[in-house]
Amino acid sequence: MVELALPKNSQVKSGKHWPAPAGAKKVKTFKIYRYDPEAGGNPRWDTYDVDMDAVGPMVLDALLYIKNTIDPTLAFRRSCREGVCGSCSMNIGGRNTLACTHGWAEVPGKVVQISPLPHLPVVKDLIPDLTLFYAQYASIEPWLHTDTPEPQTEWKQSPKDREKLDGLYECILCACCSTSCPSYWWNGDKYLGPAALLHAYRWLIDSRDEATGDRLDALEDPFKLYRCHTIMNCAQVCPKGLNPAKAIAEIKKMMVERVV
Amino acid sequence: MSSNKDLFQPRQFRTPLSRARGMGSAHHGVSHFITERVSGLAFAPLTVWGVYSALKLIGADQHTVATWIGQPVNAVLLGLLLISALVHLQGAVQVVIEDYIYRFTTKSALVIGNLFVCVLAGAVGIFSILKVALTVTGAH
Ligand code: SF4
Ligand code: SF4
Ligand code: FES
Repeated sequence: MVELALPKNSQVKSGKHWPAPAGAKKVKTFKIYRYDPEAGGNPRWDTYDVDMDAVGPMVLDALLYIKNTIDPTLAFRRSCREGVCGSCSMNIGGRNTLACTHGWAEVPGKVVQISPLPHLPVVKDLIPDLTLFYAQYASIEPWLHTDTPEPQTEWKQSPKDREKLDGLYECILCACCSTSCPSYWWNGDKYLGPAALLHAYRWLIDSRDEATGDRLDALEDPFKLYRCHTIMNCAQVCPKGLNPAKAIAEIKKMMVERVV
Repeated sequence: MSSNKDLFQPRQFRTPLSRARGMGSAHHGVSHFITERVSGLAFAPLTVWGVYSALKLIGADQHTVATWIGQPVNAVLLGLLLISALVHLQGAVQVVIEDYIYRFTTKSALVIGNLFVCVLAGAVGIFSILKVALTVTGAH
């Protein structure tokens, strides 16, 4: 059965509190999920009162400030700090997004609550295990499939056909969409999820690809594709403004076109 | 057998790609998708007709209602309303079962049970419509 409550050993207890330094004028509280599987015990919410005058505008700035000056044990991923690498995705104020492009002032309420992307195993603190997510991406074979001998120069594509890839190729595989999708929560081992399916569509409509039929064959499955019920969470959270739900609807349309 | 539990066991020896591919594609799903859409499409106007007719028959006595059912157009439309509703219902409930139940045996039992209940309801419904319709017209 679907699990609506967290198992006992995953229930989040309240944790340590780190008060603001004396003299801090603009204080904001960050409530952050902490978990270390190697240390054992339950996950906990640690709270940090941060002097916002010392911090840059983004949530990632605040996390770096906490790690550098308050608590070096806090673990999270980040790399580019400008929304192109997809590393810093997490749940901020109840919404999956990128810490580096989301301003802490935009988070409603007094406390900024931060937890890892939902419904994934936690490696440590804000770092989820994305192994299966990446494998699902690999499973759609995200590269050009051709049987025709390679041309001397390049595979040609008209500007109009190239345009069809807009709104798809920009995906940074941050997993905000897939981990916001209830269907992915309940059946994440069998449903490919919005991110992998958006990429599947990107290759399905690539005019240079010669494996459209095989790709559709591999997707026609009650779980891999048809678990999407157009709930639209994916499109709502995508930090790059993409619409995986629409891409999935287009795949379903192609499936119908193939049989009627 | 893959189950939702696999998701929560990060330390295992199966490769990630093997887990992602699972047992491969079942190569079906599009017919279910089309059936859901088409039955919904048929169901919508039939429901409007059904509600309109029911409102018209409010307060009518048993004989009037039976005579109404006995008219061929009404009997046929009633039958179609019932069938389209049940086809749609059966598909929708199956999706809910697949969404929320993970154990292979429980899931299969529920999917089959759902099919049986819907088919039975259809058979009983069609028989009832025919019985009323044919009895009334036969009596006149
Ligand atoms: S579609 Fe958007 S939310 Fe989903 S992985 Fe790509 S960039 Fe992230
Ligand atoms: S539209 Fe589909 S993929 Fe997107 S959140 Fe809903 S069920 Fe998930
Ligand atoms: S750090 Fe690269 S997307 Fe946020």
